[in-house]
Amino acid sequence: MSKHDRRFSLVLAGVAALGLAMTGQASAEDSITVVSWGGAYQASQKGAYYDPYLADKGVKVIEEEYTGDIAKMRAMVESGNVTWDVIDVDAATALAGCDQGFLEELDYDKIGQPREKFVVGGANDCAVATIVYATVYGYDAGNLPAEWNGQVPTTVADFFDLQKFPGKRGIYKKPFVNLEWALVADGVAQADVYDMLRTPEGLDRAFAKLDTIKDVAVWWEAGAQAAEILGNGEVVMSQAWNGRLYNAVKNEGRKFVIVWDHQALDFDFWAIMKGTPKLDAAYAFIAYASDPVNMARQSQFIAYGPSHADAIPFVPADVLKDLPTAPDHMPTAFTVDATFWGDNSEGLQERFNAWLAQ
Amino acid sequence: MQAPDPGPMPYAHEYGTRLMVSAAVATTGIMVDGVPLKLKLRRAERMRKLKAVGLVAPLFLFIVVSFGIPIVVMLFNSIYDPYVAKLTPRTAVALAAWDGNDLPAEPVFEALALDLKDAQKAKQAALIGRRLNYELSGARSKLIVSAKAAAKLETGPYKEALIAADPMWGEHGTWTLLKRTTRAYTPYFFLSSIDLRYDANGEIEPVPEGEAVYQAVFVRTLLISATVTALTLVLGFPLAYLLATLPARTANILLIFVLMSFWTSLLVRTTAWFVLLQTQGPINDFLFYTGIVGERIQLIYTRFGTITAMTHIQLPFTLLPIYSVMKGISPSHVRAARSLGAGPFYAFWRVYFPQTMPGIAAGCLLTFILCLGYYITPSLVGGPTDQLISTYVALFVSSAGNWGMGSALGTILLVATLILFFIYNRLVGIERMRLN
Repeated sequence: MSKHDRRFSLVLAGVAALGLAMTGQASAEDSITVVSWGGAYQASQKGAYYDPYLADKGVKVIEEEYTGDIAKMRAMVESGNVTWDVIDVDAATALAGCDQGFLEELDYDKIGQPREKFVVGGANDCAVATIVYATVYGYDAGNLPAEWNGQVPTTVADFFDLQKFPGKRGIYKKPFVNLEWALVADGVAQADVYDMLRTPEGLDRAFAKLDTIKDVAVWWEAGAQAAEILGNGEVVMSQAWNGRLYNAVKNEGRKFVIVWDHQALDFDFWAIMKGTPKLDAAYAFIAYASDPVNMARQSQFIAYGPSHADAIPFVPADVLKDLPTAPDHMPTAFTVDATFWGDNSEGLQERFNAWLAQ
Repeated sequence: MQAPDPGPMPYAHEYGTRLMVSAAVATTGIMVDGVPLKLKLRRAERMRKLKAVGLVAPLFLFIVVSFGIPIVVMLFNSIYDPYVAKLTPRTAVALAAWDGNDLPAEPVFEALALDLKDAQKAKQAALIGRRLNYELSGARSKLIVSAKAAAKLETGPYKEALIAADPMWGEHGTWTLLKRTTRAYTPYFFLSSIDLRYDANGEIEPVPEGEAVYQAVFVRTLLISATVTALTLVLGFPLAYLLATLPARTANILLIFVLMSFWTSLLVRTTAWFVLLQTQGPINDFLFYTGIVGERIQLIYTRFGTITAMTHIQLPFTLLPIYSVMKGISPSHVRAARSLGAGPFYAFWRVYFPQTMPGIAAGCLLTFILCLGYYITPSLVGGPTDQLISTYVALFVSSAGNWGMGSALGTILLVATLILFFIYNRLVGIERMRLN
């Protein structure tokens, strides 16, 4: 190699290093990757957080979607190639991700909100609640089956009542909430449901009750599917996350009616991927999104409630009445038991899948 | 092996005077220019080999890296489960001496308490709990509670302290399970994949009726694949025959229709069927409004829907190899049979059909093996009882995060496919197969 060549390649290497340094620095400050569940829910986050964040702080949020798969998180962390920064997780994933070390343990001082300000069960070691949602069921008032003779369902028991309300049911293809509802529909008091599910007899009873609607079940897996099959008449009633039905009514002019009975309250959380190179930026984003004023904005885009006690006064009254935590909806509502599902979700999902496959 | 051929002796019979030299060449292999013939040959051979290797190497490396290694890792994952062994080194040693009767003695409890203490410090106790939870529902939170309690223990007796932290440590079954999981190599995932499990005494038993699932799913996977293969053959063979015998212009136009569907993405075709088969979809509309059915019928989320969609998607895979073989069959064979007095069916069956066998063999094998791995189509247009084994592999790998189970199911499918391929090879002969 001649002297000239060597000098040239040194210059090249310098330029390349400079370029790397610049892009590294630029991306650390200008953008952050936030992963969520897509559909109406992610759109609400875009409206409430991502767009204002760019306007307020000049940081662009790069959106990605997933369906709650833990595999991708695991692969990313184990290969040391973490490209996600902040991730929206459900309770089960928050727990499993924390157990298995895929999620960063949170420092609530950096989030700037004390733990006790969040709903009970909402401030976890690795995840902080962002919204309260409910699993409900709904029907299409614009397309009532003639066999219902003008009656409409009002309770969870009605969801299981094929005599009074014949027709197909859309149901989430997971044991969550289904087992609880089966016992409620079978006459078990809400307070006893989880104790009962911890016994083999209770589980058998729940599966036996689910057997009664198995033949009319259409199973959905992604949140958007529920509103879809209800809207196209594939089913006469469908279990759904309340915001999905609410948005179909609000934005698409559907005549879906939500049945507020024994709705299962649950949370979605913000968490930080372990090993992200943008740890500080991730905290900054979560701090922004957990600020009561900012958090209250989200319920204008989707009917999910804020998880921070101080955010509720900022929610407009006309929005408040549609939230899962609205006083009118609360008499029979229950909170999904995260410990029960943390312990039993694997075993019960396996049993549920075996039950489905029969 | 036979001794290597010494090679021809080119000069010996031509030039008598050089007989001696040539004889020398033949025996020693030294050429006139002084370089041995063998060496020259070997050099030429080596150059050719190097070229060949050089040309093949990129693809070979690509296959090894992107296909071979992942498969080996997958096979390995299905029996290798080191987490508990790594996190409880002391307990593993202590339990090795345990005879399996009654509860283990104090030293074992002490070992476990110390291991849990370390695991708690490293924030990895939940990993142990997770693994125990596979076989003992509820063990996850119990172990986390025990680990927190163990972290506070300074001195013994550890036995009482651990049993006080959670009564599960006073049960014999917990210890047989723990002993099994402290071995890094485990048959557990394979047993689960064929609906077997360990009972409280560590004996293998079938899982209860209501929880058995995988045997049935494997059988279903094979049945659906066989049905789809048979249907594509029944539908594809006459069409291939038509395409092969029509004039080229017409045949090409028809072939475009086949290829169009072949070139369309699998997802697009599945989604199209998803729309067509809906209860409020076009097929039901047609049947309902023409009065063929009085009430809309369930087409989507059924076995019928799954098989219909899969047959449509797989048709070109069966048809094209048959077609290309048929194109190569000379029409004069059947004509000759006819002129020798064979009836039209006899001539077709005895002369034409056997010649299409390589195409049929290739097409059917291709379709069958592709069907075994179907995932998207059954999950979109099939019901819960129409899911094939891939669905469960995906479930374990992506949502449950249990790679051991996913790997074990995948390995069984791979082995089953290889066995079928072997049987097929013995029956049909892979060398008779022709893809084009």
